[in-house]
Amino acid sequence: MAETIIEVKNLHKQFGDNVILKDISISVEKGEVIVLIGPSGCGKSTFLRCLNGLEPIQGGSVTLHGEPVLYGKKSLTKIRQHIGMVFQSYDLFPHMTIAQNIALAPLKVQKRDKKEVEEETLKLLDRVGLAGKADSYPNELSGGQKQRAAIVRSLIIHPDIILLDEITAALDPEMVHEVLKVVLDLAKSGTTMMIVTHEMAFAKAVADRVIFLDGGEIVEEGTPDEFFDAPKTERAKQFLKTFTYSD
Amino acid sequence: MKIMSDLLSQLIEKGVLQKGIWETVYLTFVSAFFSYIIGLPIGILLHVTGSDGIKPIPWLNKVLGFIVNIFRSIPFVILMVAMLPVAKFVVGTSLGNKAMIVTLIIAAAPYVARMVESSIKEVDKGVIEAAQSMGTSNFKIIWKVLIPESKPSLIVGAVISLVTILGYSAMAGTIGGGGLGTIAINYGYQRFNNDIIWVCVVLTIIIVQLIQELGMMLAHKTDKRINK
Repeated sequence: MAETIIEVKNLHKQFGDNVILKDISISVEKGEVIVLIGPSGCGKSTFLRCLNGLEPIQGGSVTLHGEPVLYGKKSLTKIRQHIGMVFQSYDLFPHMTIAQNIALAPLKVQKRDKKEVEEETLKLLDRVGLAGKADSYPNELSGGQKQRAAIVRSLIIHPDIILLDEITAALDPEMVHEVLKVVLDLAKSGTTMMIVTHEMAFAKAVADRVIFLDGGEIVEEGTPDEFFDAPKTERAKQFLKTFTYSD
Repeated sequence: MKIMSDLLSQLIEKGVLQKGIWETVYLTFVSAFFSYIIGLPIGILLHVTGSDGIKPIPWLNKVLGFIVNIFRSIPFVILMVAMLPVAKFVVGTSLGNKAMIVTLIIAAAPYVARMVESSIKEVDKGVIEAAQSMGTSNFKIIWKVLIPESKPSLIVGAVISLVTILGYSAMAGTIGGGGLGTIAINYGYQRFNNDIIWVCVVLTIIIVQLIQELGMMLAHKTDKRINK
């Protein structure tokens, strides 16, 4: 039996009267790569943010290894150390070097050994093709390099799962490729991930399971082959059609 | 025609003017230092407990904001006189430079708090969320993210605060303190020696320029967002 990392049950989320997510249930198994796709504003990013307590939820539950993720509670800092997150706008600390950015959580939050963290930082930077950039400031890096550094920053805490929120949406096409290659590499090495993306070819290549969200609900769910080659719902067919220019 | 009045050359000979420069610098920096000790935590608290802070506590934010506003609304001359009993309580006298420093701190700390609050507000919300998503506690976010990330802006704020405090310190003479403001009023204005007033003004301008230039250099140096 596979090990469940995150379990979402009947999640309900609204901003004021505006319902964003209704009755979402998903469970993520260890080593699984789930890709969330759907039109803009369908609640994909909000859903991801609910998983590590960046957003309060109004109903249902989110658990990590059986521990409830409770918005605004003290227990959250512990749980978040097991969930990595990479953002669309990189959100590296601008006044810290790349190495300082990466080492903040392991040193100050997890209280790990300095030497060990330094070694792992260099190893991971090398792995994503950023060897030699440890002492650069974010400002000195390209968008693609910043995002790869942000991926390393999420990896170094040894999370059980990494949440990637449209991480290539702000990048030039060439840089999209270099960043997604890193993510593909992670997927191959068995990293559990939940990915929100608009890159369909990438979604198809990386996903074990595709979840199509629309209007705050799961409309369709399946393997990438099922979903991309033979979508069951009319809504999914319509959505996929917008990515091709043949009618 | 003499360039300097007799009084001015006497003041320089006796070292009164030199002492005045030192007293102005001393009043300004000592007061600024203690204003930051009080104002920095209040400023941080004002931001952190605010509606877009990392730990919103509406009632505390309102109370703090209200107190800060009260002190900032009172003109300095009036606040200075009103706070003399406090000065007497803290330093044992309501006269001279020591008492002046106490009143300067009381007037400047709320000002500093607002400067700090606005600097910390500039830290990008996404960066704070990134820190939160790694499991960083609020206390560590303040120390390891909010303060380091707003350092250039905090330094610019300190420069502005220093110059403001320097301006306030000119009124030290009113309660028997020293400094260039006191010399300008006692020897210049009251004894009709315009050249003394002008010398004091020019010296003050030089001090302000030095604070401004050195502070901005430091702020620029700590700012890693700009390419140098």
